[in-house]
Amino acid sequence: MLHIISLSAGLFGLWLLLSGIFKPLIIFFGVVSVLLVVWLARRMDLVDHEAVPVQLTGGILGYWIWLAKEIAVANYAVARVILDPKLPISPVMVRVKATQKTDVGRVIHANSITLTPGTVSVELEGDEILVHALTQELADGTMEGSIDRRVTAVEGRG
Amino acid sequence: MEIVQDTISWLLILGGAAFLLIGGLGLVRLPDFYTRIHAAGITDTMASELLLVALMVQAGFSLVTVKLIIIGLFLFFTSPTATHAVANAAFVAGLKPYFAPKPSAPAQEKTSEEKAGEEKIGEEKGVAGAPSGPVVQAEKGAESSN
Repeated sequence: MLHIISLSAGLFGLWLLLSGIFKPLIIFFGVVSVLLVVWLARRMDLVDHEAVPVQLTGGILGYWIWLAKEIAVANYAVARVILDPKLPISPVMVRVKATQKTDVGRVIHANSITLTPGTVSVELEGDEILVHALTQELADGTMEGSIDRRVTAVEGRG
Repeated sequence: MEIVQDTISWLLILGGAAFLLIGGLGLVRLPDFYTRIHAAGITDTMASELLLVALMVQAGFSLVTVKLIIIGLFLFFTSPTATHAVANAAFVAGLKPYFAPKPSAPAQEKTSEEKAGEEKIGEEKGVAGAPSGPVVQAEKGAESSN
């Protein structure tokens, strides 16, 4: 029930923000659309903790801010490698442990690794992520596991 | 006030454009498919988000800004997913990644000749990797690097 309510609220908020027209008729159309979508999603058995991860709302915002900072730092590092006339790359493939318990947590972990330039998650199997890194230093940064710890902490709050 | 707004957004747009350029340069300079993904990652994250933030500064407090934030979030979720899908498809198809040859000398002391040779190898691998390699081979490559 919590998932249905939060999905409806989220969809309706999105409708209001995207339309920007606050006339009764338009809002009525919005309500009808939201009800239709929620009904369809329920029929497809999609309304659960994976499609509507309300359990994550507590910690995810702080995590995103931290991740944005990490992305900026990694961007600077990769840009320097590309602009270096010697092109000092040392590509490696490493396996990173994912300590998340749920699939959503593992996906957030793998996506965060990919979002950080210089490291791409190539394969996700079981509790290990195969990561391709542009340089050894970037690979070491991922192996150090700060992303893993933070994602697990966000997940654990739910 | 307007001039402050314009200056900030100009700086951000120039920053975004610079990162776009660096990403494009990386696509040309880097040796193989997997390393080129990293260059594309720069344009995906830093460049596009900087440009979006610049547009938000231009738009000020309005519904347009909200829509720009939604676009930013959308990119934030979809671009890594797409990158992972492409990388995973290449890996499953057996494309072997390019590893810099390490003959005891550190990477910084490469001569320009050696580097040119490496780039050639990388290109060959990038083209020839797909038909030859079953997944087993790619796995082996990944293991040996650890």
